[in-house]
Amino acid sequence: MMENNIKHHLTDDILIGYAAGTLPEAFNLMVAAHLSLCDTCRAQAESFDAVGGEILDTAPATDVMLEPGSFAATMALIAGGPVDEIRAPRVPDSILPGPLQDYVGGDLADVQWRGIGMGVKQAILPTSRDASARLLFIPAGAAMPDHGHKGTEMTMVLQGAFQDEDDYFARGDVEVADSDMHHTPVADIHEDCICLAVSDAPLEFQGLLPKIVQRFARI
Amino acid sequence: MNANDGKRMLWVDHMYRIRDDQDQQAFAELFAHFAPRVKGFLINSGADGSLAEECAQEVLATCWHKAHMFDPARASVATWIFTIARNRKIDVLRKQRRPEPEDLGWGPEEDPDQADVMALQQESEQLGRAIAELPANQRELIEKAYFGDLSHSEIAEQTGLPLGTIKSRIRLALERLRHAMK
Repeated sequence: MMENNIKHHLTDDILIGYAAGTLPEAFNLMVAAHLSLCDTCRAQAESFDAVGGEILDTAPATDVMLEPGSFAATMALIAGGPVDEIRAPRVPDSILPGPLQDYVGGDLADVQWRGIGMGVKQAILPTSRDASARLLFIPAGAAMPDHGHKGTEMTMVLQGAFQDEDDYFARGDVEVADSDMHHTPVADIHEDCICLAVSDAPLEFQGLLPKIVQRFARI
Repeated sequence: MNANDGKRMLWVDHMYRIRDDQDQQAFAELFAHFAPRVKGFLINSGADGSLAEECAQEVLATCWHKAHMFDPARASVATWIFTIARNRKIDVLRKQRRPEPEDLGWGPEEDPDQADVMALQQESEQLGRAIAELPANQRELIEKAYFGDLSHSEIAEQTGLPLGTIKSRIRLALERLRHAMK
């Protein structure tokens, strides 16, 4: 389900990394979820694919030799038939874009939420450990704990909205934060907010109590 | 001038022959051009020679089996093969799933407009030429971003790629696809 009002997009370095296949899995999941909602970034991502195609096409062929019999081996693979790809069916028009449904193993009702205090809940998604991805549930009007960042963190709204000191983020909008940023996002009062958050470093909460929560909650 | 100018429509025609006639001659030519380059891409991404060879064969076999999924109004043949090779790299080398965005329907439209195909292929050609004309250091960084393992923060400065027309063309193709699904 495409959204037409997205104002906060993914950055080019992330989209290049997605095209090149060099991002951690959690970041790839963020990009795939955002592209499901945003044709502007989908077109940008596909044009970065085109850059990859051009570089592949013009690479010097003399650098690499194929094994003798390579073509015959490939024809034998072809004769063996295509590899079946089995993918669980996706629910259309869901709060969760298709790629997120794949990681949840179902729809929003199937998310395994765990409370982390103040009504905030999270569900960690199974990705490779070089970065983390989780769904966050923030009650309408509630604030997220103030936290600083190490590395890169991206947060995309799936339901409701949140605002920080500078901006307002609604469905499909992505906030990209780096290590310089300290902020206090607050969920919009009209609706509970559900977000996808990915990070390539653990979040650092300020103050002792949240640190303990952090240890148990794996964030 | 780029050595591949004018070849893109030829590759598209090869894909049609593979899809419609299971034409082994067309496939052999496609294989001769792309298989060593896919192997080189995988070696640059950290695969050893025998794994890269095995994956390159699988990537080209996938091109045969998925020929009906290739949409020449949306990508050049080189781009399409690059995306298959990239996904194979993530799968085999990084041992990760590759999350894909929601599909825009099942494969290409029945018969993409020939004018759209020509326009997209020509713009791929212009993109190729523009990349070839970039200053050597910028081009090297872009190659490293795709063929090496430069992290996203290391490529954060790599904006200014000449994407203008091809991006609008892809955007147009996406809008047509969405319209066709309604």
